[in-house]
Amino acid sequence: MSINNVTINAPATESAHGPAPRRYVRKTQMRIVLHQLSKNKGAMVGLFIILAIVLVAIFADVLFDYDRDVVGIHISQKLLRPSWAHPFGTDDLGRDIFIRVLYGSRYSVSVGVVATIIGLGIGVVLGAIAGYYCGLAEDIIMRFNDILSAVPSILMGIVIVSAMGATTFNLMLAIGITSVPQFVRITRASVLTVRNQEYIEALHAAGISEARIIAFHVLPNCLSPIIVQATLRIASAIIAASSLSFLGLGVPAPAPEWGSMLSLGRQYVRTASYLTIFPGLAILVTVLAFNLLGDGLRDAIDPKLKK
Amino acid sequence: MEKNVSNTILEVKDLKKHFKTSRGMLHAVDGVSFSIEYGKTLGIVGESGCGKTTLGRTILRLVEPTSGGIMLEGRDITKLNLRDMKKVRKDIQIIFQDPFSSLDPRNTISQALTEVVKVNKIRSGKQEIKDRVLQLMETVGLAERLINTYPHELDGGRRQRIGIARALAMEPKFIVCDEPVSALDVSIQAQILNLLQELQETLGLSYIFITHDLAVVNHFADVIAVMYLGQIVEKAPTEELFAHPLHPYTQALLSAIPIPEILVERPRILLRGEITSPINPKDECRFGNRCFHDCKECRGSNPVLREVSPDHFVACCKV
Repeated sequence: MSINNVTINAPATESAHGPAPRRYVRKTQMRIVLHQLSKNKGAMVGLFIILAIVLVAIFADVLFDYDRDVVGIHISQKLLRPSWAHPFGTDDLGRDIFIRVLYGSRYSVSVGVVATIIGLGIGVVLGAIAGYYCGLAEDIIMRFNDILSAVPSILMGIVIVSAMGATTFNLMLAIGITSVPQFVRITRASVLTVRNQEYIEALHAAGISEARIIAFHVLPNCLSPIIVQATLRIASAIIAASSLSFLGLGVPAPAPEWGSMLSLGRQYVRTASYLTIFPGLAILVTVLAFNLLGDGLRDAIDPKLKK
Repeated sequence: MEKNVSNTILEVKDLKKHFKTSRGMLHAVDGVSFSIEYGKTLGIVGESGCGKTTLGRTILRLVEPTSGGIMLEGRDITKLNLRDMKKVRKDIQIIFQDPFSSLDPRNTISQALTEVVKVNKIRSGKQEIKDRVLQLMETVGLAERLINTYPHELDGGRRQRIGIARALAMEPKFIVCDEPVSALDVSIQAQILNLLQELQETLGLSYIFITHDLAVVNHFADVIAVMYLGQIVEKAPTEELFAHPLHPYTQALLSAIPIPEILVERPRILLRGEITSPINPKDECRFGNRCFHDCKECRGSNPVLREVSPDHFVACCKV
């Protein structure tokens, strides 16, 4: 009964129908998507800006001394207009806005990325459960989701941060939780389409456990819309972080978070508008870059737009 | 109907699968009974929507049966819990109809086969698993250099070979072939059929061969069961069925096989009417309103399957 050492003289498959596929030249979906993406100028600009921002964020500590350059007070140089020495000017405590804006990329990028990862982690798990197991589990998760998405995200952020304290991690958590509903929805929708594919049934027949099927077969096939959503969510997380910081509920005071810099510069907006213009521009450019990349990814992944 | 039990690998008793729909119960499989001997092939034919595929999946319990028994080597597998069912799944496997949708597009041949071998602990140890995968590929006639290719890089025939290799990976005794060749073109159909036949001979496999292609079952099956709206209407050894079809539906089906001669003309039986709805069927012959016999008896009750000559069963009141 065993199948060991049995060789069937099957007709040679390679000669029968055209040239055989070349070995090791794997044109995976990833590769196709990257190729499509590289043709999209907007997305490439976005990608370039993001890479630059991330590099600055990583090396900010090497470039500047936090205590002296970023939070150090130099009253003699307060409220200077932009010049060669201080390209973006200085604030009311004599701190260089240019350096603070560059250093601030750390907070914005890390809050954006970590908050999105939190939202993605929770949302994908819940969405996969809701999509794969219909019935009661789905009803509970989706109704809970409806409740969560009915609360305005800023309000939710204010509630979480004021209840748990204004620290950077709480800010990430607050923003992450508000982005959960979108991830649940998008994951559930794509899991629903993959779940009924025949290969999922085939895996059942092959004795593969449900947990394994979901983790290794369902989710990887749902990845594309989730990645797009994540990229776009980073942009809105950055805005949310800045908004909360502007309200004094985000990253605590001396740290050069862009939102709190806006808030500090607000009182000088008539006399020293550069205090608000440059942090605002930084937010705008970063968010724009993530949105450009996200849109480009969506177009690259959507098979209907492929040539 | 009783056969020598020791010869029987699978016996299905009064199997039913009803689906709940908004308009009532859909009787997809409605009281099907048959048995298969070791090393033999049961062909199941019938038109689209008659419940062939549901029957195949119910036997593997990919779809839970509503009632009835499935005895694998004398053991009723409908009563097993999930863990025991997992062990039994090694003995019963399935080959799917569409090789384009039955393989995970993100897994290479190697990944797909390795997973099955590893998870079911057919082999252990990295090298042994790899050897097993290569052996399986050789068994189904896939060249070794294809090991790292993705399904979308392969043609339908090769994909179906992966499907067969995946089924064989569990070292099954019994395989449900759910229209394994209907999605393939004719030349590749023949290759796959030959492969299945050779595997049957060398490994002693038993098959349920589900198809709507009569030429294929004629070539392949030992016994043929004809299904109509969830029920078997006629069952007989292949030669007997082709020589003496008794049920009007079988006669109509056989008369529709084209003869590859220009001058030969055969009277074709044309069926009138529509298929009756499988939702809440009445207790009458389900073929009644399309039948060319016009009889009163089968309007009153659904005729049961009875043996009219040795091993030839038919459900018709005119026979």
